[in-house]
Amino acid sequence: MLWVDKYRPKTLDQMIVHQDIVQNLKKLVSEQDCPHLLFYGPSGSGKKTLVRALLRQMFGASAEKVKVENKTWKIDAGTRTIEIELTTLSSTHHVEMNPSDAGFQDRYIVQEIIKEMAKNRPIDTKGKKSFKVLVLNEVDKLSREAQHSLRRTMEKYSASCRLILCCNSSSKVTEAIRSRCLNIRINSPPEDEIVKVLEFTAKKEGLTLPAGFAARIAGKTNRSLRRAVLSFETCRVQQYPFSSNQAIPPMDWEEYVSEIVSETMTEQSPKMLFQVRGKLYELLINCIPAEIILKRMLYELLRKLDSELKHEVCHWAAYYEHRMRQGQKAIFHLEAFVAKFMSIYKAFLISTFA
Amino acid sequence: MAPLGQTSQHQPWVEKYRPKQVKDVAHQDEVVRVLTNTLQTSNCPHMLFYGPPGTGKTTTALAVAHQLYGPELYRSRVLELNASDDRGINVVRTKIKGFAAVAVGSTQRQGGYPCPPFKIIILDEADSMTEDAQNALRRTMETYSKVTRFFFICNYISRIIEPLASRCAKFRFKPLSEEVMSSRIQHICNEEGLNLDAEALSTLGSISQGDLRRAITYLQGAARLYGSSITSSDLISVSGVVPVEVVESLFTACKIGNFDLANKEVNNIIAEGYPVSQVLSQVFDLIIESGELSDEQKARISQKLAEADKCLVDGADEYLQLLDAASDTIRALHNMPQEFSYET
Ligand SMILES: Nc1ncnc2c1ncn2[C@@H]1O[C@H](COP(=O)(O)OP(=O)(O)OP(=O)(O)O)[C@@H](O)[C@H]1O
Ligand SMILES: [Mg+2]
Repeated sequence: MLWVDKYRPKTLDQMIVHQDIVQNLKKLVSEQDCPHLLFYGPSGSGKKTLVRALLRQMFGASAEKVKVENKTWKIDAGTRTIEIELTTLSSTHHVEMNPSDAGFQDRYIVQEIIKEMAKNRPIDTKGKKSFKVLVLNEVDKLSREAQHSLRRTMEKYSASCRLILCCNSSSKVTEAIRSRCLNIRINSPPEDEIVKVLEFTAKKEGLTLPAGFAARIAGKTNRSLRRAVLSFETCRVQQYPFSSNQAIPPMDWEEYVSEIVSETMTEQSPKMLFQVRGKLYELLINCIPAEIILKRMLYELLRKLDSELKHEVCHWAAYYEHRMRQGQKAIFHLEAFVAKFMSIYKAFLISTFA
Repeated sequence: MAPLGQTSQHQPWVEKYRPKQVKDVAHQDEVVRVLTNTLQTSNCPHMLFYGPPGTGKTTTALAVAHQLYGPELYRSRVLELNASDDRGINVVRTKIKGFAAVAVGSTQRQGGYPCPPFKIIILDEADSMTEDAQNALRRTMETYSKVTRFFFICNYISRIIEPLASRCAKFRFKPLSEEVMSSRIQHICNEEGLNLDAEALSTLGSISQGDLRRAITYLQGAARLYGSSITSSDLISVSGVVPVEVVESLFTACKIGNFDLANKEVNNIIAEGYPVSQVLSQVFDLIIESGELSDEQKARISQKLAEADKCLVDGADEYLQLLDAASDTIRALHNMPQEFSYET
């Protein structure tokens, strides 16, 4: 088991980061009338861990006895029947799912499956709480229709069912949904808290940490707790005992993006564009999300470029990412960005050195 | 309606304090006046309620229906459909039409309720119905207007097709004013035994921007977290508004004009998890009120903020949009040309 999973805290009391939020959550669920909750914050900031620990706080250890089910639902959509596959994780008190997995059919999940679950009274009424909980992940990825479909369900059945919604960006959740929840922001933990987690992990694994090593890892992982622990484990595999100046390897794909960027800066030509295309495909095939690739390219460019060009390049990155959202094929927009950059950069070089 | 047999102590406060009678709906005076009249004469036109979230639309529609029919007839006379129900053309042609067509019996009052000789179909969140489905409704509305009244409820009236809207009496639900909100909040505080000083009350009014549901949720959140004496800062912390300092330090970085510095601020905002749409709107407030900027600069920045906001609605990345907006703000503040130098 990876360390990120092995040392994931199970209860609110075991949480090392987000102490302030933990204290608040405890108070929030102390009564029976807790409102719906919307957790939002960057990925890797620990939302899922918090939610699991919160469930445990609400329902006790039985919330941990979960089973994973993969079920195909047949939904009657008037003229035809639609089949939707959905994976759920459930205990006697809660059901967790990722409704946006159903893509453009997500509306049916909300209208049929979630509504049915919300309607039914809790399975175990003898338990501590008189309601059950539905955990919906990535609600920011739900279509507008699906979000609309959720509105009245959240009100109508609120006595028997509470929703816990999770997302990265609450800007993408409609105002009507946000207005129905208590919004809780989960920030990326600051570096000193990440260091504490790494020290805890080291202690559990019986490892000796040279001074400053944990801080170096924390500094390289953009405040993502998950990245930090993964990175720490990689370091352990590469070299132990640790030395304080030991290299902290970047992720493979990041190195790859860095190469792409160097290449586009050395040569701006159709031939190079073609070569870059292959590499972009390679990244996409390895399931690196397109917007992450684009943002990483921008990151590398901003490190290397003259300040005069930064404004222009960041504008086009934003422009093409927006286009990509509206389009269907990510590769077109990634390539368009690379081509745009090449053209700008070439013009810049000519005007500067000609 | 919520299923019967549920005790209100297990419900979140927004539901617990949902008014059951039209006369208890706050602030929407015109609406209440007309509807009270309706309740007395037991006659009403098709109706369209529109307005922002949490202003009492659903509450009012449900209250009217309950007051007209009482608990016994409610089920047979009222059909409530909302966005959580499938309301495609098919449903319009079958379920809705079927319900609309049924004739209604006796017109006498029953159990003290007026029980007028028509049924009501409440289409809540009607702006999420497709145009085709709305079109399919036209005929049904016309054909059965003697025995069925339609209540449409929506946030955006522009999403209701004209032929439907024009058949209805329209009621605009306004964002609630601070005084009205305060008195409703006071009422809840009394019931729950909470203490809110004047400052906290006015803060709650301003952060919830006319949305009473939001105000009630904040209040409950604050009550659970901070106990029965609630201060203005408690409310701010549950509401998730972005602290002024955060927005100001982004703006300061833009004024200095250093791209990398601004980028650092943007990265920080993202890592802290602040909603970018909220940040944009607070930046907007800041520049509009600023005495240092020229009108042209304000116009240029506002335009960019608007574009970024639109992109976010389309689902664009928060970091990239905020960075782009910040970069444009820098350029506007330093009077750099709007066009880029190397674009071909
Ligand atoms: N005018 C009002 N008077 C009293 N309470 C109100 C009023 N408006 C809203 N509320 C409170 O807010 C809650 C939500 O109101 P309601 O469901 O009527 O909003 P809505 O206008 O239908 O919003 P949406 O557009 O999001 O559906 C109610 O349960 C009630 O507690
Ligand atoms: Mg409503």
